[in-house]
Amino acid sequence: MHDFEYEAPTTVADAVQLLANHNGSARILAGGTDLIDQIRLGRFAPEVVVDVKKIADLQALEISADGLKLGAATPCYRIYGDEAVCRDYSALADATKIIGGAQIQSRASVGGNLCNSGPAADSTPALIALSARAVIAGPGGTREVPVEEFCTGPGKNVLQPGELLTALVMPARPAHSGSHYLRFIPRNEMDIAVVGAGASVVLDAAGETFVSARIALGAVAATPLYAKEASELLAGKPVGDEAIEAAMAASRKIAVPIDDMRGTVEFRKHVTGVLTRRALEKAIARARENAGS
Amino acid sequence: MAKKRVVTTTINGEQTEFLCQPRQTLLEALRDVLNLTGTKEGCSNGNCGACTILMDGRPVDSCLVLAVESEGAELETIEGVAPAEGLDPIQTAFLENAALQCGICTPGFIMAAKALLESNPHPTEQEIRFYLAGNLCRCTGYDKIIRAVQDAAKSREEVTV
Repeated sequence: MHDFEYEAPTTVADAVQLLANHNGSARILAGGTDLIDQIRLGRFAPEVVVDVKKIADLQALEISADGLKLGAATPCYRIYGDEAVCRDYSALADATKIIGGAQIQSRASVGGNLCNSGPAADSTPALIALSARAVIAGPGGTREVPVEEFCTGPGKNVLQPGELLTALVMPARPAHSGSHYLRFIPRNEMDIAVVGAGASVVLDAAGETFVSARIALGAVAATPLYAKEASELLAGKPVGDEAIEAAMAASRKIAVPIDDMRGTVEFRKHVTGVLTRRALEKAIARARENAGS
Repeated sequence: MAKKRVVTTTINGEQTEFLCQPRQTLLEALRDVLNLTGTKEGCSNGNCGACTILMDGRPVDSCLVLAVESEGAELETIEGVAPAEGLDPIQTAFLENAALQCGICTPGFIMAAKALLESNPHPTEQEIRFYLAGNLCRCTGYDKIIRAVQDAAKSREEVTV
């Protein structure tokens, strides 16, 4: 493997300073499940690798009245191992449970998944459905970006040299809300999404009308997508086939997938509709179980 | 060339210090520096699980961990699985079920199975298959491995009762 120095700062300020000192030739290491392979393949040749796992804030998993604060380096197994996340932020638990196998889940983080910016990243549509914002620290201070605006192309994102993703913050979940993420793959596990879909819904107290909804899609464009029209058209509609079919059609409309060995354009567009339905149906079922506490 | 680092870890219960370069993976340090060659290299990109070890009780692909990251960690490798006399119930079950042919994947499967049974002592067949999805075997077709883990779960229960 390419030769590099290793640093493991314990504060965000020190990490930002290290990144600034190396002017774009540093790479950030969280779980390493993408980065170490990318360095081995020669895709990146950093002068220094900055391990951010020793920064306590980046390992956070805190649920409060404000919502969920997830440290950018918190590994998958801790996320789906948390009862409150499974109950209130189900889509995120669903996604982290199917990223790689047990070995990968011990190390891989949702922040790393987002920064790697793959179009088929499993946790990104879940974050978008849950209205997550990316908290970014840099030499000029801290800024926040909605997750649907974070990725700008395959492997590309809004992070500037010297910036570091520190956390993902999601608002508190209202009563009668539910969420789900699922993907289509040709085997049972350990595969890359052919299409992925995340949905979050808030229903009225009777569980019969959509108050609001958010639908997100993966692997059907150069970046994970927020399906704005499909999401917004559900608000105020009765829960049923008519509304769900309208959302399916609106999701299919924004899918601009590629043709490759995993699936054709036509197949991916079809699956986009099917997964939109399945994500919504499961999110609705969960919302009906969740009368609020 | 980056300077070598001193790393202090606990490996199979013994405090161990070793020297490595930042670019060396934990797999390379175990095999090439510490001569613990029971851990195998398969794909070296996190797909096959042949290099699985336990790091602070969790299964990891040691090819996707930098050796320097293991500073202060508790590591357990295949060399630490058998007790002073005899074999661990998982090892016995692999032998009795003929759950290996060429044997390259076996240390990784045993470490992953150990992690599974420690967190879930009574897994269903489906739970075993999902948990071991990160370990590939090109010889057995998996059924014998699954049966070995089921048997190991039963014999571990008999030992602890």
